[in-house]
Amino acid sequence: MSKYTKRFDGRKLDEARKIKAAVGIIPNADGSAMFSFGDTIAIAAVYGPKVMHPQHAQNPEKGTLRVNYDMLTFSVTERKRPGPNRRSQEISKVTGWALEPVVMLEDFPNTVVDVHITIIQANASTRCAGINAAALALAHAGIPMRELVSSVSVGKLDKTIVVDVIKEEEDYEEGEGATDIAMSFTSNSGKLTHLQIDGKISAKELKEAVETGKNACREIYELQKKTLKGVGEK
Amino acid sequence: MMVSNLTKQRIHDYLKEGKRFDNRGLLDYRELEIETGISINAEGSARVRLGKTEIVAGVKLGVAEPYTDHEDEGTFITTLELVPTASPKFESGPPRIEAIEMARIVDRTIRESKYIDFKKLCIKKGEKVWSVMLDLFSMNDDGNLLDVACIAAVAALKDAKIPVFDEESGRVKFGEWTEQKLPLAKEIPLLFTFHKIGDSVIVDPVVEEEESSDARISLGLLDGKINALQKGNSESFELEGVYSIFEESEKKYKEMSKKVEENIDKAIKRAKGD
Repeated sequence: MSKYTKRFDGRKLDEARKIKAAVGIIPNADGSAMFSFGDTIAIAAVYGPKVMHPQHAQNPEKGTLRVNYDMLTFSVTERKRPGPNRRSQEISKVTGWALEPVVMLEDFPNTVVDVHITIIQANASTRCAGINAAALALAHAGIPMRELVSSVSVGKLDKTIVVDVIKEEEDYEEGEGATDIAMSFTSNSGKLTHLQIDGKISAKELKEAVETGKNACREIYELQKKTLKGVGEK
Repeated sequence: MMVSNLTKQRIHDYLKEGKRFDNRGLLDYRELEIETGISINAEGSARVRLGKTEIVAGVKLGVAEPYTDHEDEGTFITTLELVPTASPKFESGPPRIEAIEMARIVDRTIRESKYIDFKKLCIKKGEKVWSVMLDLFSMNDDGNLLDVACIAAVAALKDAKIPVFDEESGRVKFGEWTEQKLPLAKEIPLLFTFHKIGDSVIVDPVVEEEESSDARISLGLLDGKINALQKGNSESFELEGVYSIFEESEKKYKEMSKKVEENIDKAIKRAKGD
């Protein structure tokens, strides 16, 4: 039996926090969106496609998707030093890889599409909220996409699989402790575009966690779709 | 881009028939060679070659203040540099994203697998702890630097001895060592990176294969359990393919961990004998 049977915030095991989404929140951007999992709030602004500078960075075969993820200094309990660090650079890269498979960059050679993700408030799963917001912002900018991308974090706390972990769950230490699994799927073809794990998990349990995450992403996708059609809150 | 489209096409053609340029099976690793104690001033060091790919690893210890949320635990920092020595495509200067990502994956594999018992690196709770600084340098890039980096990291950590700590001055007497080794787990952590090229999945790519790779999944394991995972590059995976990679990584760990460990232990013994 697993030691973690009741979640800290009383949610069901497969229940995400309250999710909210909105588009068009940054007037200057070509596309923008907000996505939140409970207390975790991410906003994304898209600029482009625009001509890539410097010129030698241009790719004549397809456009470039350039992601920049950062947390505001006051979004976390201990102040984050301003500017990029190793963590944020990695998340930027991984976010780009999560989104690229659905963006039709081949239609825009020599250009760049900039995606700026800002975490306003953080309580775990910030990269997933960022990816969800970015997918919405890209669609809102009218950039041709094959489908959407939805992202969620799944946790294994002792032996229990849960959807959308919060900070307290990330720090869970009893039994087998916490394993944090962030993943993203394409909305229609159900392919995996992003997967990251920290913790300790067997191949069999991991398969179960990925299936759980895939199901959770369906609900996120429904909200993203609804948001793009112009209605907001879940 | 160092590899021509023609070569890439040929790699695809070969893989369709289950073949590779160097006659290896799709899931075979190249020959492994390990040396330890390659730098006398380091607390621990190693040089690891897998085929023509080579990584040099060094461990330095220092005394530092612990983090406020882990007052009784030592600290751990991993860096990796892709130096221009190793390949014409690397440039000098601060690490770029490629190097940062690799360092962070090796770091997570070691940290999350609990290979180092950080509680045993506490000198005085809340005040002084040992800080383990693991630095990895590419010496020659013929593909698969990441998996090699992890082996080199483990070899250097296993090789490391704790230096003398002078309690009076509160400083480390660098250059003087105790006989004490780092508190490490019995099993070793290893990284396995699987590359998707067309419809094939391979491990341990040479540089031409690596540049033809559509996407990759790196898994860090210890004692058969997955501790760290990262999917890289902008191509998606079918779930079925991913699940078989999870299972294959468990098999690979079983197949290789003892062999790698023996290799490291032998190298340490050999270095002592010299």
